Amino acid sequence: MTTTASRRPQKVTFRDRLLRLAGTVTTPVLPDDYLDLIAPLRAGAPLRGRIVAVRPETRDAATLVIQPGRAWQGHLPGQYIRLGVDVDGVRQWRAYSVTSAPDAPDGRISVTVKAIPDGKVSNHLVRRLRPGTLIHLDQAQGDFVLPSATPERVLFLTAGSGITPVMGMLRSGLADRADVVLVHSAPTRDDVIFGTELRALADRGALRLVERHTDTDGLLDVAELAALVPDHLDREAWACGPIGMLDAAEGYWSSNGLVERLHTERFRPTVITPGEGGTVTFTGAGVTVESDGATTLLDAGENAGVLMPSGCRMGICFGCVVPLRQGAVRDLRNGDVTTAVPGDGVLVQTCVSAAAGTCDIDL
Amino acid sequence: MTVIQKKAVNPIAHLSAEDIEIIGKELDAIRDRVLADRGERDARYIRKVVKTQRTLEMSSRAVLLFSLFPPAWIVGTAGLTVAKILENMEIGHNVLHGQWDWMRDPKIHSTTWEWDHVSPADQWKQSHNELHHRYTNVVGKDNDLGYGIMRVDEDQPWHPMHLGQPLWNLINAMFFEYGIAAYDMELGDHLKQRKLKDPKFRAKARAVGRKIRRQVLKDYVVHPLLSGPSFLTTLAATFTANLLRNVWSHSVIMCGHFPNGVETFEKTSIEGETRGEWYLRQMLGSANISGSRLLHIMTGNLSYQIEHHLFPDLPSNRYQEIAPQVRALFDRYGLHYTTGPLPKQVASAWWKVIRLSLPNRNDSRQPVAPAPLVSSGTA
Repeated sequence: MTTTASRRPQKVTFRDRLLRLAGTVTTPVLPDDYLDLIAPLRAGAPLRGRIVAVRPETRDAATLVIQPGRAWQGHLPGQYIRLGVDVDGVRQWRAYSVTSAPDAPDGRISVTVKAIPDGKVSNHLVRRLRPGTLIHLDQAQGDFVLPSATPERVLFLTAGSGITPVMGMLRSGLADRADVVLVHSAPTRDDVIFGTELRALADRGALRLVERHTDTDGLLDVAELAALVPDHLDREAWACGPIGMLDAAEGYWSSNGLVERLHTERFRPTVITPGEGGTVTFTGAGVTVESDGATTLLDAGENAGVLMPSGCRMGICFGCVVPLRQGAVRDLRNGDVTTAVPGDGVLVQTCVSAAAGTCDIDL
Repeated sequence: MTVIQKKAVNPIAHLSAEDIEIIGKELDAIRDRVLADRGERDARYIRKVVKTQRTLEMSSRAVLLFSLFPPAWIVGTAGLTVAKILENMEIGHNVLHGQWDWMRDPKIHSTTWEWDHVSPADQWKQSHNELHHRYTNVVGKDNDLGYGIMRVDEDQPWHPMHLGQPLWNLINAMFFEYGIAAYDMELGDHLKQRKLKDPKFRAKARAVGRKIRRQVLKDYVVHPLLSGPSFLTTLAATFTANLLRNVWSHSVIMCGHFPNGVETFEKTSIEGETRGEWYLRQMLGSANISGSRLLHIMTGNLSYQIEHHLFPDLPSNRYQEIAPQVRALFDRYGLHYTTGPLPKQVASAWWKVIRLSLPNRNDSRQPVAPAPLVSSGTA
């Protein structure tokens, strides 16, 4: 065995020992909990970021410039990050496409957020978030990315904030390597996010930009592509926008037998509308039950033979909380609805909560 | 409902079943108003308390590295005592109640929190949240009534062992966290019933053992060792801080349910209890401590024991805000809101411990038949 091979584990052990020793002083909390007070972005900390700037893009969209912590592993153009921010004191997680090019010299990244009507998180990010705020991040993910061999001809079909992952690709220099056509829909000219930058790219001939202003011209029918971009089916296509547009695009490319050429990003995959009762799945136990709006999740689970943690059964002891992975539940005491989208894992009290739609319970 | 001092008067005889349900509705409304308004301000509060506590604890421990110098010993010990009190009372107790779970911050959550206490968080949550808060002051169900070693209610049968209870209480105060740990794992019951080999109990005991080891290693080995020549003085400092923290939390907690004016309840009185009756039991079974804002923070807002028992999962900083509304409700329905300054309440609780170490004076007579929770002859 070589000396270099044996030295490395020793180093790790020394660091581990140091941390363990520090842990004996800080117990019951971890040394990390103290370090978080002074250096929340340090290496080894859970991934976080600090808001450096909030730049308005349109009347309802803004770009957040983020200094990510040392744990940031970088991203590929087109990928998204999950971002956790406290809104009214409650940690909320949402996914946003990275709009900056990878490997910026200052190490910063940006995401661009469009405020959706009644959107609790998006409105907070666009209108109230202040520079200096600490946010929580996940590493970049998503396969809405360019292949390693850049295709010669590319078509982007986007609408609204669907431009954001595409902007990440354009800013990483795609337009210099490929023949790019971008067909983008927005209500008006002023609503086009990155309008100025896109038009400048088009002006210098880096891409062909087709803007569709839907307030005056109506929604784009996929069939219109034949006239707008005659060679559209010969191009490798990426589409991002509302679900209706994506469904239409998938139908169109399928009917032409070319569905493998179309890549889509459903950037708002789940819209949860709370109702009364619903199908409850206990994912770990593999049990699915139909539950009405008056039966607690605890009763529903126990009746189905799921081994549920429980305590006071009246909402005071918190002995029954389990993660709601997705879906909606209603607090039977006051009617408050809690929703979770995939990736969330909101902890809910099963003894006072009933299904308010389809729910996945992690148990 | 029985009354601790064998008062002839049933304190709720004037309430009809309807009144009780209206009280419940009014309390629900107070709770809903807080929930509707709960948000960023509350989150900022708890984060500030946590940050203050951690800063204070680490800087006090740093000062104690030089505890050989008497001024450093005094400052460090005082700081560490305050930090430990904050950690147990305003932070630990309340986080473990789930008061901050709504923030969805995994770092401040009842399911992930562990506290500076020899009783592991999950065991404490079970005995405290699930049993004490549910069965508050029900004789025979709520073991917080005397913790199984003392007699704090006339209706608890006297035993010669109780003669020593002023001493037990003093020892319990000094080593309160160990008393709590023994209580949470139901050590007494298992000793009495010779069930020490029960696998569930053994698992609990092992968890307590691990927790004690970590706590003792920190306070009495690692920290003194780091102090080098100040080894012994730092050891004395951490021991003092733990002792003072124990006596403080024991005093505060005694004031919650033992002082004069607090009612206890029969096992049978809670059968088929309604939401309104549950609320009423919490109202009559708890006592507050009056005092300054600092006192309230140092008690973890358990000085608002009544409000805490009504709404165990509301953020602790809100108890002070809703207290006037709760008190007004007591007044409107002619109920006694038990409160008083700390020395008075502590003395009252201690007097009861001393007084009930002897058998009831009227033991020759049959105990007064307890009244039902809802008086039957309502108009």
